[in-house]
Amino acid sequence: MGELKVKEKDLVIPGEILAEGMDYLPSTGTFREGEHILSSLVGLTYISGRLIKVIPLSGKYVPKKDDMVIGTVKNITLNGWIIELGGPYTGMLTLKEASSDFIERGADLSQYFDFGDMLVTKIVNITKSKIIDFTMKGPGLRKLKGGKVIQITPSKVPRVIGKQGSMISMIKESTGCRVIIGQNGRVWISGNKPEEELKATRAIMIIEQESHTEGLTDKIKNFLEKGV
Amino acid sequence: MLQINKEYINLLLTHDQRVDGRKLEQYRDIKVEYNISENAEGSAKVSIGDTVVLAGVKMDVGTPFTDKPDQGSIVVGAELLPLASEDFELGPPSGDAIELSRVVDRGIRECQAVDFKKLCIKEGEKVWMLFIDIYPLNDAGNLQDAAFLAAIAALKTAVFPKLENDKVVFGEFTKEKITLQRVPIECTLLKIGDKIVLDPTLEEERALDARLTVAVTEENKVCAMQKGGEKGLSMDDIDKMITLAIEKTQELRKNLK
Repeated sequence: MGELKVKEKDLVIPGEILAEGMDYLPSTGTFREGEHILSSLVGLTYISGRLIKVIPLSGKYVPKKDDMVIGTVKNITLNGWIIELGGPYTGMLTLKEASSDFIERGADLSQYFDFGDMLVTKIVNITKSKIIDFTMKGPGLRKLKGGKVIQITPSKVPRVIGKQGSMISMIKESTGCRVIIGQNGRVWISGNKPEEELKATRAIMIIEQESHTEGLTDKIKNFLEKGV
Repeated sequence: MLQINKEYINLLLTHDQRVDGRKLEQYRDIKVEYNISENAEGSAKVSIGDTVVLAGVKMDVGTPFTDKPDQGSIVVGAELLPLASEDFELGPPSGDAIELSRVVDRGIRECQAVDFKKLCIKEGEKVWMLFIDIYPLNDAGNLQDAAFLAAIAALKTAVFPKLENDKVVFGEFTKEKITLQRVPIECTLLKIGDKIVLDPTLEEERALDARLTVAVTEENKVCAMQKGGEKGLSMDDIDKMITLAIEKTQELRKNLK
Protein backbone atom coordinates (compact mmCIF):
# COMPACT_ATOMS: atom_id res chain seq x y z
CA MET A 1 0.00 0.00 0.00
CA GLY A 2 1.14 3.50 -0.73
CA GLU A 3 1.87 5.82 2.09
CA LEU A 4 1.90 9.62 2.10
CA LYS A 5 4.88 11.10 3.92
CA VAL A 6 3.84 14.75 3.82
CA LYS A 7 0.76 16.79 4.54
CA GLU A 8 -0.89 19.37 2.32
CA LYS A 9 1.12 22.63 2.09
CA ASP A 10 4.20 21.19 3.76
CA LEU A 11 7.48 22.90 3.02
CA VAL A 12 9.76 20.42 1.25
CA ILE A 13 13.30 20.50 -0.07
CA PRO A 14 14.74 18.76 -3.15
CA GLY A 15 15.18 15.03 -2.60
CA GLU A 16 12.64 14.83 0.19
CA ILE A 17 10.43 11.75 0.02
CA LEU A 18 6.81 12.78 -0.49
CA ALA A 19 5.16 9.37 -0.82
CA GLU A 20 5.94 5.69 -1.01
CA GLY A 21 4.46 3.09 -3.28
CA MET A 22 2.80 3.18 -6.66
CA ASP A 23 -0.59 4.46 -5.46
CA TYR A 24 0.48 8.08 -5.83
CA LEU A 25 1.45 9.84 -9.02
CA PRO A 26 4.19 12.45 -9.46
CA SER A 27 3.11 15.76 -10.97
CA THR A 28 5.03 19.01 -11.58
CA GLY A 29 7.98 19.62 -9.29
CA THR A 30 8.29 15.96 -8.33
CA PHE A 31 9.77 12.80 -9.78
CA ARG A 32 9.65 9.07 -9.16
CA GLU A 33 12.67 7.10 -8.10
CA GLY A 34 12.02 3.43 -7.58
CA GLU A 35 9.08 3.17 -5.21
CA HIS A 36 9.34 6.72 -3.93
CA ILE A 37 8.10 10.07 -5.10
CA LEU A 38 10.65 12.82 -4.40
CA SER A 39 10.52 16.56 -4.62
CA SER A 40 12.77 18.32 -7.09
CA LEU A 41 12.15 21.84 -5.77
CA VAL A 42 12.00 23.95 -2.63
CA GLY A 43 8.31 24.60 -2.27
CA LEU A 44 4.94 23.67 -0.84
CA THR A 45 3.18 20.39 -1.53
CA TYR A 46 -0.30 20.18 -2.99
CA ILE A 47 -2.17 16.90 -3.03
CA SER A 48 -5.21 16.37 -5.18
CA GLY A 49 -6.49 12.78 -5.09
CA ARG A 50 -3.58 10.61 -6.16
CA LEU A 51 -1.57 13.45 -7.68
CA ILE A 52 1.22 15.12 -5.75
CA LYS A 53 2.77 18.35 -6.93
CA VAL A 54 5.22 20.88 -5.51
CA ILE A 55 4.73 24.59 -6.15
CA PRO A 56 8.11 26.35 -5.94
CA LEU A 57 8.49 29.26 -3.49
CA SER A 58 10.34 31.25 -6.12
CA GLY A 59 12.09 30.79 -9.40
CA LYS A 60 12.42 31.93 -12.97
CA TYR A 61 9.73 31.59 -15.59
CA VAL A 62 9.72 28.41 -17.65
CA PRO A 63 7.68 29.06 -20.81
CA LYS A 64 4.59 26.99 -21.63
CA LYS A 65 2.48 26.86 -24.78
CA ASP A 66 -0.57 29.18 -24.85
CA ASP A 67 0.70 31.31 -21.95
CA MET A 68 -0.09 35.01 -22.12
CA VAL A 69 3.08 36.83 -21.12
CA ILE A 70 4.45 40.36 -20.97
CA GLY A 71 7.65 40.55 -22.97
CA THR A 72 10.20 43.23 -23.85
CA VAL A 73 11.59 43.88 -27.32
CA LYS A 74 15.26 43.06 -27.01
CA ASN A 75 16.32 43.16 -30.64
CA ILE A 76 14.96 43.79 -34.11
CA THR A 77 16.03 41.44 -36.88
CA LEU A 78 15.31 41.40 -40.61
CA ASN A 79 12.18 39.34 -40.24
CA GLY A 80 10.88 40.05 -36.77
CA TRP A 81 11.54 40.93 -33.14
CA ILE A 82 13.41 39.11 -30.41
CA ILE A 83 11.29 39.10 -27.25
CA GLU A 84 12.66 38.63 -23.76
CA LEU A 85 10.53 37.33 -20.88
CA GLY A 86 12.70 37.87 -17.82
CA GLY A 87 13.76 34.24 -17.76
CA PRO A 88 16.52 32.23 -19.35
CA TYR A 89 14.71 31.86 -22.67
CA THR A 90 14.04 34.39 -25.40
CA GLY A 91 11.76 33.99 -28.38
CA MET A 92 10.87 35.30 -31.80
CA LEU A 93 7.91 37.34 -32.97
CA THR A 94 7.77 37.03 -36.75
CA LEU A 95 6.29 39.59 -39.16
CA LYS A 96 3.46 37.24 -40.02
CA GLU A 97 2.34 36.99 -36.40
CA ALA A 98 2.99 40.62 -35.50
CA SER A 99 0.24 42.45 -37.32
CA SER A 100 -2.72 41.91 -39.57
CA ASP A 101 -1.45 44.79 -41.73
CA PHE A 102 0.74 44.07 -44.70
CA ILE A 103 4.32 44.94 -43.76
CA GLU A 104 6.35 45.81 -46.81
CA ARG A 105 9.68 44.23 -47.44
CA GLY A 106 12.51 46.27 -45.99
CA ALA A 107 10.15 48.44 -43.91
CA ASP A 108 11.42 50.01 -40.71
CA LEU A 109 10.24 47.52 -38.13
CA SER A 110 10.83 49.86 -35.20
CA GLN A 111 7.72 51.86 -36.17
CA TYR A 112 5.66 48.85 -35.11
CA PHE A 113 7.56 47.71 -32.05
CA ASP A 114 10.72 49.50 -30.90
CA PHE A 115 13.52 48.51 -28.52
CA GLY A 116 12.31 48.35 -24.96
CA ASP A 117 8.62 48.28 -25.88
CA MET A 118 6.49 46.06 -23.68
CA LEU A 119 4.12 43.70 -25.42
CA VAL A 120 1.30 41.59 -24.14
CA THR A 121 1.86 38.54 -26.25
CA LYS A 122 1.06 34.86 -26.39
CA ILE A 123 3.27 31.84 -26.84
CA VAL A 124 2.00 29.90 -29.88
CA ASN A 125 4.65 27.31 -30.14
CA ILE A 126 7.59 26.07 -28.18
CA THR A 127 10.13 23.48 -29.22
CA LYS A 128 11.88 20.95 -27.04
CA SER A 129 15.00 23.09 -26.95
CA LYS A 130 12.84 26.01 -25.76
CA ILE A 131 12.77 28.08 -28.92
CA ILE A 132 9.65 30.18 -28.50
CA ASP A 133 7.31 31.61 -31.13
CA PHE A 134 5.01 34.47 -30.20
CA THR A 135 1.88 35.91 -31.72
CA MET A 136 0.21 39.31 -31.41
CA LYS A 137 -3.01 38.10 -33.03
CA GLY A 138 -5.67 37.53 -30.42
CA PRO A 139 -7.92 39.34 -27.98
CA GLY A 140 -6.06 41.65 -25.61
CA LEU A 141 -2.66 41.21 -27.23
CA ARG A 142 -1.09 44.62 -27.78
CA LYS A 143 1.72 47.03 -27.10
CA LEU A 144 1.53 48.58 -23.62
CA LYS A 145 1.44 52.35 -23.34
CA GLY A 146 1.97 54.17 -20.05
CA GLY A 147 1.57 52.59 -16.63
CA LYS A 148 4.22 50.62 -14.84
CA VAL A 149 5.39 47.05 -14.72
CA ILE A 150 6.34 45.14 -11.59
CA GLN A 151 7.91 41.71 -11.34
CA ILE A 152 6.57 38.99 -9.08
CA THR A 153 7.55 35.35 -8.73
CA PRO A 154 5.98 33.46 -11.66
CA SER A 155 4.81 30.61 -9.40
CA LYS A 156 2.63 33.09 -7.46
CA VAL A 157 0.75 34.28 -10.55
CA PRO A 158 -2.23 31.90 -10.04
CA ARG A 159 -2.71 33.28 -6.51
CA VAL A 160 -2.71 36.88 -7.72
CA ILE A 161 -5.37 35.99 -10.29
CA GLY A 162 -7.40 33.95 -7.80
CA LYS A 163 -10.19 31.47 -8.44
CA GLN A 164 -11.82 32.45 -11.75
CA GLY A 165 -10.04 35.77 -11.51
CA SER A 166 -11.70 36.69 -8.19
CA MET A 167 -8.61 38.22 -6.59
CA ILE A 168 -7.58 40.34 -9.52
CA SER A 169 -11.09 41.61 -10.24
CA MET A 170 -11.35 42.64 -6.57
CA ILE A 171 -8.15 44.69 -6.92
CA LYS A 172 -9.31 46.18 -10.21
CA GLU A 173 -12.72 47.18 -8.84
CA SER A 174 -11.39 48.58 -5.59
CA THR A 175 -8.56 50.66 -7.04
CA GLY A 176 -9.98 51.46 -10.46
CA CYS A 177 -6.69 50.44 -12.05
CA ARG A 178 -6.26 48.43 -15.20
CA VAL A 179 -4.12 45.38 -14.46
CA ILE A 180 -2.65 42.81 -16.84
CA ILE A 181 -0.82 39.79 -15.45
CA GLY A 182 1.60 37.89 -17.63
CA GLN A 183 2.31 34.27 -16.76
CA ASN A 184 6.00 35.21 -16.59
CA GLY A 185 5.30 37.21 -13.45
CA ARG A 186 5.26 40.69 -14.96
CA VAL A 187 2.27 42.72 -13.89
CA TRP A 188 1.27 45.87 -15.72
CA ILE A 189 -0.64 48.42 -13.66
CA SER A 190 -2.17 51.63 -14.96
CA GLY A 191 -4.58 53.85 -13.09
CA ASN A 192 -5.81 57.41 -13.01
CA LYS A 193 -3.98 58.37 -9.84
CA PRO A 194 -0.54 57.32 -8.54
CA GLU A 195 -2.07 56.55 -5.12
CA GLU A 196 -4.42 54.03 -6.69
CA GLU A 197 -1.57 52.43 -8.60
CA LEU A 198 0.45 52.26 -5.41
CA LYS A 199 -2.42 50.59 -3.60
CA ALA A 200 -2.80 47.98 -6.34
CA THR A 201 0.96 47.40 -6.29
CA ARG A 202 0.99 46.96 -2.51
CA ALA A 203 -1.95 44.54 -2.67
CA ILE A 204 -0.16 42.42 -5.27
CA MET A 205 3.03 42.46 -3.18
CA ILE A 206 1.08 41.25 -0.14
CA ILE A 207 -0.39 38.40 -2.18
CA GLU A 208 3.07 37.45 -3.38
CA GLN A 209 4.51 37.41 0.13
CA GLU A 210 1.62 35.72 1.89
CA SER A 211 0.26 33.50 -0.87
CA HIS A 212 0.64 30.35 1.24
CA THR A 213 -1.26 31.65 4.27
CA GLU A 214 -4.93 31.10 5.10
CA GLY A 215 -7.62 33.72 4.61
CA LEU A 216 -5.70 35.58 1.94
CA THR A 217 -8.81 36.93 0.21
CA ASP A 218 -10.07 38.48 3.46
CA LYS A 219 -6.67 39.97 4.13
CA ILE A 220 -6.56 41.62 0.73
CA LYS A 221 -10.16 42.77 1.04
CA ASN A 222 -9.29 44.35 4.38
CA PHE A 223 -6.22 46.02 2.93
CA LEU A 224 -8.11 47.46 -0.02
CA GLU A 225 -10.92 48.81 2.15
CA LYS A 226 -9.01 50.11 5.14
CA GLY A 227 -5.45 50.25 3.91
CA VAL A 228 -3.99 47.92 6.56
CA MET B 1 15.65 48.56 -16.61
CA LEU B 2 12.30 48.44 -18.25
CA GLN B 3 11.77 51.46 -20.49
CA ILE B 4 8.12 51.67 -19.46
CA ASN B 5 9.05 52.07 -15.79
CA LYS B 6 11.58 54.77 -16.58
CA GLU B 7 8.91 56.75 -18.37
CA TYR B 8 6.54 56.14 -15.46
CA ILE B 9 9.07 57.45 -12.92
CA ASN B 10 9.61 60.55 -15.04
CA LEU B 11 5.88 61.10 -15.46
CA LEU B 12 5.23 60.87 -11.72
CA LEU B 13 8.13 63.20 -10.92
CA THR B 14 6.64 65.94 -13.09
CA HIS B 15 3.76 65.83 -10.59
CA ASP B 16 6.19 65.73 -7.62
CA GLN B 17 5.28 62.14 -6.85
CA ARG B 18 7.28 58.98 -6.49
CA VAL B 19 6.62 55.34 -7.31
CA ASP B 20 6.50 54.24 -3.67
CA GLY B 21 4.40 57.20 -2.51
CA ARG B 22 7.21 59.05 -0.72
CA LYS B 23 7.94 62.75 -1.02
CA LEU B 24 10.87 63.75 -3.20
CA GLU B 25 13.13 64.50 -0.23
CA GLN B 26 11.87 61.81 2.12
CA TYR B 27 14.13 59.01 3.28
CA ARG B 28 12.88 55.51 3.97
CA ASP B 29 13.02 54.23 7.57
CA ILE B 30 16.58 54.08 8.85
CA LYS B 31 17.75 51.56 11.43
CA VAL B 32 21.24 51.37 12.90
CA GLU B 33 22.42 48.35 14.88
CA TYR B 34 25.78 48.42 16.63
CA ASN B 35 28.32 45.67 17.46
CA ILE B 36 27.07 43.09 15.02
CA SER B 37 30.36 41.21 14.84
CA GLU B 38 32.12 39.72 17.86
CA ASN B 39 35.56 39.65 16.32
CA ALA B 40 35.67 43.06 14.71
CA GLU B 41 36.94 46.04 16.67
CA GLY B 42 33.84 47.92 15.62
CA SER B 43 30.84 46.99 13.50
CA ALA B 44 27.39 48.18 12.53
CA LYS B 45 24.47 47.19 10.39
CA VAL B 46 22.45 49.91 8.74
CA SER B 47 19.20 49.47 6.90
CA ILE B 48 17.48 52.14 4.85
CA GLY B 49 14.19 50.61 3.82
CA ASP B 50 15.08 47.25 2.28
CA THR B 51 18.70 48.20 1.69
CA VAL B 52 20.97 46.56 4.27
CA VAL B 53 24.68 47.23 4.65
CA LEU B 54 27.14 45.73 7.10
CA ALA B 55 30.36 47.53 7.96
CA GLY B 56 33.23 46.40 10.15
CA VAL B 57 36.43 47.97 11.41
CA LYS B 58 39.50 45.80 11.92
CA MET B 59 42.76 47.19 13.24
CA ASP B 60 46.26 45.98 12.67
CA VAL B 61 49.79 47.23 13.19
CA GLY B 62 51.58 48.37 10.06
CA THR B 63 54.47 50.50 8.93
CA PRO B 64 53.68 54.16 8.20
CA PHE B 65 54.10 55.81 4.81
CA THR B 66 57.60 57.26 4.48
CA ASP B 67 56.30 60.80 3.88
CA LYS B 68 54.09 60.65 6.98
CA PRO B 69 56.11 58.74 9.60
CA ASP B 70 53.90 59.80 12.54
CA GLN B 71 50.54 58.99 11.02
CA GLY B 72 48.39 55.90 10.78
CA SER B 73 45.96 55.37 7.96
CA ILE B 74 42.60 53.98 6.90
CA VAL B 75 41.83 51.51 4.17
CA VAL B 76 38.25 51.27 2.97
CA GLY B 77 37.14 48.22 1.04
CA ALA B 78 33.75 47.40 -0.37
CA GLU B 79 32.60 44.21 -1.98
CA LEU B 80 29.37 43.88 -3.89
CA LEU B 81 28.38 40.32 -3.05
CA PRO B 82 26.05 38.39 -5.37
CA LEU B 83 23.90 37.82 -2.29
CA ALA B 84 22.92 41.49 -2.29
CA SER B 85 21.55 41.79 -5.80
CA GLU B 86 21.07 39.73 -8.92
CA ASP B 87 23.15 42.30 -10.79
CA PHE B 88 26.30 41.71 -8.75
CA GLU B 89 28.78 39.11 -9.95
CA LEU B 90 31.71 37.37 -8.31
CA GLY B 91 35.18 38.30 -9.47
CA PRO B 92 37.44 41.34 -9.28
CA PRO B 93 35.72 44.42 -7.83
CA SER B 94 33.52 46.23 -10.32
CA GLY B 95 33.64 49.95 -10.99
CA ASP B 96 30.64 50.45 -8.72
CA ALA B 97 32.35 48.65 -5.82
CA ILE B 98 35.48 50.76 -6.26
CA GLU B 99 33.45 53.97 -6.41
CA LEU B 100 31.51 52.99 -3.28
CA SER B 101 34.66 52.37 -1.26
CA ARG B 102 36.55 55.40 -2.62
CA VAL B 103 33.70 57.79 -1.88
CA VAL B 104 33.34 56.44 1.67
CA ASP B 105 37.11 56.71 2.11
CA ARG B 106 37.13 60.29 0.82
CA GLY B 107 34.31 61.35 3.11
CA ILE B 108 36.14 60.06 6.19
CA ARG B 109 39.66 61.08 5.14
CA GLU B 110 39.16 64.59 3.79
CA CYS B 111 37.53 66.05 6.90
CA GLN B 112 40.08 64.28 9.10
CA ALA B 113 37.36 62.43 10.97
CA VAL B 114 39.97 60.11 12.42
CA ASP B 115 43.06 61.79 13.81
CA PHE B 116 45.79 59.88 12.05
CA LYS B 117 48.42 61.17 14.45
CA LYS B 118 46.72 59.43 17.34
CA LEU B 119 47.10 56.14 15.47
CA CYS B 120 50.87 56.35 15.79
CA ILE B 121 52.49 53.76 18.07
CA LYS B 122 56.17 54.40 17.36
CA GLU B 123 57.15 57.13 14.94
CA GLY B 124 58.51 55.87 11.65
CA GLU B 125 58.09 52.24 12.62
CA LYS B 126 54.69 51.22 13.84
CA VAL B 127 51.23 52.73 13.38
CA TRP B 128 47.67 51.51 13.56
CA MET B 129 46.00 50.74 10.25
CA LEU B 130 42.19 50.88 10.18
CA PHE B 131 40.52 48.53 7.76
CA ILE B 132 36.93 49.51 7.13
CA ASP B 133 35.12 46.80 5.21
CA ILE B 134 31.72 47.32 3.71
CA TYR B 135 29.42 44.49 2.73
CA PRO B 136 26.01 45.25 1.26
CA LEU B 137 23.59 42.49 2.26
CA ASN B 138 20.70 43.72 0.14
CA ASP B 139 20.63 46.36 -2.53
CA ALA B 140 17.30 48.14 -2.80
CA GLY B 141 18.84 51.44 -3.85
CA ASN B 142 20.96 54.12 -2.17
CA LEU B 143 23.85 51.87 -1.16
CA GLN B 144 26.12 54.90 -0.89
CA ASP B 145 24.32 56.61 2.00
CA ALA B 146 23.74 53.32 3.82
CA ALA B 147 27.38 52.30 3.38
CA PHE B 148 28.67 55.60 4.71
CA LEU B 149 26.32 55.58 7.67
CA ALA B 150 27.40 52.01 8.47
CA ALA B 151 31.09 52.92 8.18
CA ILE B 152 30.69 55.89 10.53
CA ALA B 153 28.60 53.89 12.99
CA ALA B 154 31.23 51.14 13.00
CA LEU B 155 34.01 53.69 13.56
CA LYS B 156 32.07 55.20 16.45
CA THR B 157 31.95 51.89 18.31
CA ALA B 158 35.47 50.80 17.40
CA VAL B 159 37.92 50.13 20.25
CA PHE B 160 41.65 49.45 20.10
CA PRO B 161 42.63 45.78 20.36
CA LYS B 162 45.13 44.59 22.96
CA LEU B 163 48.76 45.03 22.04
CA GLU B 164 51.52 42.75 23.32
CA ASN B 165 55.16 43.13 22.23
CA ASP B 166 53.95 45.32 19.36
CA LYS B 167 51.69 42.52 18.14
CA VAL B 168 47.92 42.48 18.17
CA VAL B 169 46.28 39.92 20.42
CA PHE B 170 43.27 38.97 18.33
CA GLY B 171 39.96 38.65 20.08
CA GLU B 172 40.98 40.79 23.08
CA PHE B 173 40.02 44.41 23.24
CA THR B 174 40.93 47.38 25.37
CA LYS B 175 38.35 49.95 26.41
CA GLU B 176 40.04 52.76 24.56
CA LYS B 177 37.86 54.11 21.76
CA ILE B 178 38.94 55.66 18.51
CA THR B 179 38.31 59.36 18.89
CA LEU B 180 36.48 60.94 16.02
CA GLN B 181 37.32 64.61 15.55
CA ARG B 182 34.36 65.09 13.25
CA VAL B 183 31.40 63.02 12.20
CA PRO B 184 30.75 63.46 8.50
CA ILE B 185 27.56 62.15 6.89
CA GLU B 186 27.03 61.52 3.21
CA CYS B 187 23.89 62.33 1.33
CA THR B 188 23.29 61.27 -2.27
CA LEU B 189 21.09 63.45 -4.46
CA LEU B 190 19.73 62.35 -7.79
CA LYS B 191 18.67 64.48 -10.67
CA ILE B 192 15.94 62.88 -12.74
CA GLY B 193 14.50 65.18 -15.37
CA ASP B 194 14.59 68.57 -13.64
CA LYS B 195 13.74 67.22 -10.19
CA ILE B 196 16.04 66.41 -7.30
CA VAL B 197 15.31 63.11 -5.58
CA LEU B 198 16.76 61.74 -2.35
CA ASP B 199 17.17 58.17 -1.15
CA PRO B 200 16.43 56.56 -4.52
CA THR B 201 15.05 53.07 -4.95
CA LEU B 202 16.76 50.70 -7.36
CA GLU B 203 14.46 51.67 -10.22
CA GLU B 204 14.97 55.38 -9.63
CA GLU B 205 18.73 54.85 -9.51
CA ARG B 206 18.57 53.25 -12.94
CA ALA B 207 16.52 56.15 -14.31
CA LEU B 208 18.90 58.87 -13.11
CA ASP B 209 20.34 61.63 -15.27
CA ALA B 210 22.98 62.80 -12.81
CA ARG B 211 23.98 62.06 -9.23
CA LEU B 212 25.88 64.00 -6.60
CA THR B 213 27.12 62.62 -3.29
CA VAL B 214 27.91 65.28 -0.71
CA ALA B 215 29.70 64.63 2.59
CA VAL B 216 28.91 67.16 5.31
CA THR B 217 30.44 67.54 8.78
CA GLU B 218 28.48 68.50 11.89
CA GLU B 219 29.63 72.13 11.41
CA ASN B 220 27.68 72.00 8.13
CA LYS B 221 30.87 72.14 6.11
CA VAL B 222 31.06 70.23 2.86
CA CYS B 223 34.15 68.03 2.92
CA ALA B 224 33.83 65.75 -0.09
CA MET B 225 31.76 65.31 -3.21
CA GLN B 226 31.33 62.80 -5.99
CA LYS B 227 29.46 63.31 -9.23
CA GLY B 228 28.01 60.44 -11.21
CA GLY B 229 25.62 59.78 -14.05
CA GLU B 230 25.73 60.59 -17.73
CA LYS B 231 24.33 64.09 -17.82
CA GLY B 232 25.71 67.33 -16.40
CA LEU B 233 24.72 69.54 -13.50
CA SER B 234 24.41 73.31 -13.67
CA MET B 235 25.78 75.64 -10.99
CA ASP B 236 22.22 76.25 -9.80
CA ASP B 237 21.63 72.51 -9.45
CA ILE B 238 24.76 72.07 -7.38
CA ASP B 239 23.91 75.02 -5.13
CA LYS B 240 20.44 73.62 -4.58
CA MET B 241 21.79 70.13 -3.94
CA ILE B 242 24.36 71.29 -1.39
CA THR B 243 21.77 73.29 0.55
CA LEU B 244 19.50 70.26 0.57
CA ALA B 245 22.35 67.93 1.54
CA ILE B 246 23.27 70.11 4.54
CA GLU B 247 19.66 70.07 5.67
CA LYS B 248 19.26 66.32 5.19
CA THR B 249 22.53 65.28 6.81
CA GLN B 250 21.40 66.95 10.02
CA GLU B 251 18.38 64.68 9.94
CA LEU B 252 20.46 61.59 9.10
CA ARG B 253 22.88 62.33 11.93
CA LYS B 254 20.07 61.84 14.46
CA ASN B 255 20.07 58.14 13.62
CA LEU B 256 23.53 57.75 15.14
CA LYS B 257 23.88 57.54 18.88
